[in-house]
Amino acid sequence: MLTKHFIYLDFILLGFILFTSVRGDAAEVNAFKAPENISQENTHIRTLAASCAACHGTNGNSVTGSNAGSLPVLAGLNANYFSSQMNAFKNGERVSTVMHHHAKGLHADEIDLLALYFSQQKRITATPLKAQTLKTNHD
Amino acid sequence: MAFGKKPPLGHVVIIGGGYAGTTAAKYIRMWSLGNIAVTVIEKSAQFVSCPLSNLVLGGSKTINDLTFDYDLVQKNHGVKWVPDEVTAIDVTAKKISMKRGEIAYDRLIIAPGIDLMYDAFPHLEAAQEQIPHAWKAGWQTVNLRKQLEAMPDGGVFVMSIPKAPYRCPPGPYERACQVASYLKTNKPKSKVIVLDANPEIVSKKGLFTKVFNEMYAGIIDYRPNNAITAVDIASKTITSEFDKVKADVLNIIPPQRAGKAAQMVGLNNIDKRWCEVDFLTYESKIAPNVHVIGDSVSAALPKSAHMATSQARVCASAIVALVSGQPPDTAPVFANTCYSYVNDKQAMHVANVYRYDETKKIMLPAEGGGVSDKPSELEGQYANAWAVNIWSDVLT
Repeated sequence: MLTKHFIYLDFILLGFILFTSVRGDAAEVNAFKAPENISQENTHIRTLAASCAACHGTNGNSVTGSNAGSLPVLAGLNANYFSSQMNAFKNGERVSTVMHHHAKGLHADEIDLLALYFSQQKRITATPLKAQTLKTNHD
Repeated sequence: MAFGKKPPLGHVVIIGGGYAGTTAAKYIRMWSLGNIAVTVIEKSAQFVSCPLSNLVLGGSKTINDLTFDYDLVQKNHGVKWVPDEVTAIDVTAKKISMKRGEIAYDRLIIAPGIDLMYDAFPHLEAAQEQIPHAWKAGWQTVNLRKQLEAMPDGGVFVMSIPKAPYRCPPGPYERACQVASYLKTNKPKSKVIVLDANPEIVSKKGLFTKVFNEMYAGIIDYRPNNAITAVDIASKTITSEFDKVKADVLNIIPPQRAGKAAQMVGLNNIDKRWCEVDFLTYESKIAPNVHVIGDSVSAALPKSAHMATSQARVCASAIVALVSGQPPDTAPVFANTCYSYVNDKQAMHVANVYRYDETKKIMLPAEGGGVSDKPSELEGQYANAWAVNIWSDVLT
């Protein structure tokens, strides 16, 4: 485990060096602020967390507002609260339409790592998209 | 769109700006902290969502509710966008030819969606105006809706479902419900005949069976084991193994295979239709440094938009790791949720977590997944929220 953490540290340093070396370009083209705390361990949980985006938005920032429904914003959510709710979905204490089908498929440690991951995400206002008229030259 | 000099971690080119390709573009830029240059080649100027497009047939949405610009994902993440069509791919020279130019890559992601197979009925390919598939959202969806609007009360809508696997397993049955919902309100003497090549309803079987028999009793006539054997275009008469039916409006959803860009380099090695990949990286088993994501992938995974985005993120994360000299995640896990609307307000889901199986080296459903108890308005709101959020995630 200790060795693994050294690898993560190397990865962070590599990322930092690469990031700083091209800071000018990156700042110009990368308006979206990438999440912090990127480690190798996190890349696994980050990918899992990102699959929640279909309902809960990029990095847990769901689109809110009247037309968007009211799916919980997970970004910045208290980690203990997240874990307790997911475990309640998992064991059936909290009744749900869909969340129990996800919670039951996750291991206890994955729930805790997701809780930590989302608690570390910055809360931002997600952008709802504006629809537009279909152009005639589209298929 | 200045990438500056040579980007430190190379250049990824993505063919296809659908759910899979656009998601991969955004997440590679995000997770590489801008250190991988990303170019997307997409011939369409707009993103039109297949999810929710059945609601255009039902009448609760229009195609213009589902059509979006690509500008924000380009601007927010520094993704280079090339509105062109791929004509050839040289995987040895790592070069792509397009109608209006060439482009070189370090790694390539092919996300071309599906190609509709008209091999069995070539005359249908030229008759898509009369008999649309409407299985890629766009003008064919609008066309099919117009045909339904023009159909007299007492008319017959016939649809043909190909053998699985095809794009969106519950999609055809949702479509039957949407058409029936429109007819029930507006043309109650009309019928929906569903000719399914499969032996039974492919997805959410219990739920759809109940909806067909209760909500749409006397309207939807579902006939399994009914692969089509002949089609007469002029009379819109369809012959199947067991039936011969005449339609007023005919919707044939043809069998499908990996999109054309994947075929160009022969990546569709499974049944000459789907692409075999390594599920840790989505790298093709045929061509090195070429990844395939989305509906084109051969997998025991539903060909859904949510699945396409999940595959895209695993692929994105793996590419960022690989070009940084790190091993990719050895055990990816992701979630998938598919909603189907049964009328203008009520929806139902199938949801699962999928987990990499280190022995079989494929993604398998984890325990605990399943479907709704029943369709509901609450899930109709969730389904809409799903769409609003996935569009925002993919396109901003």
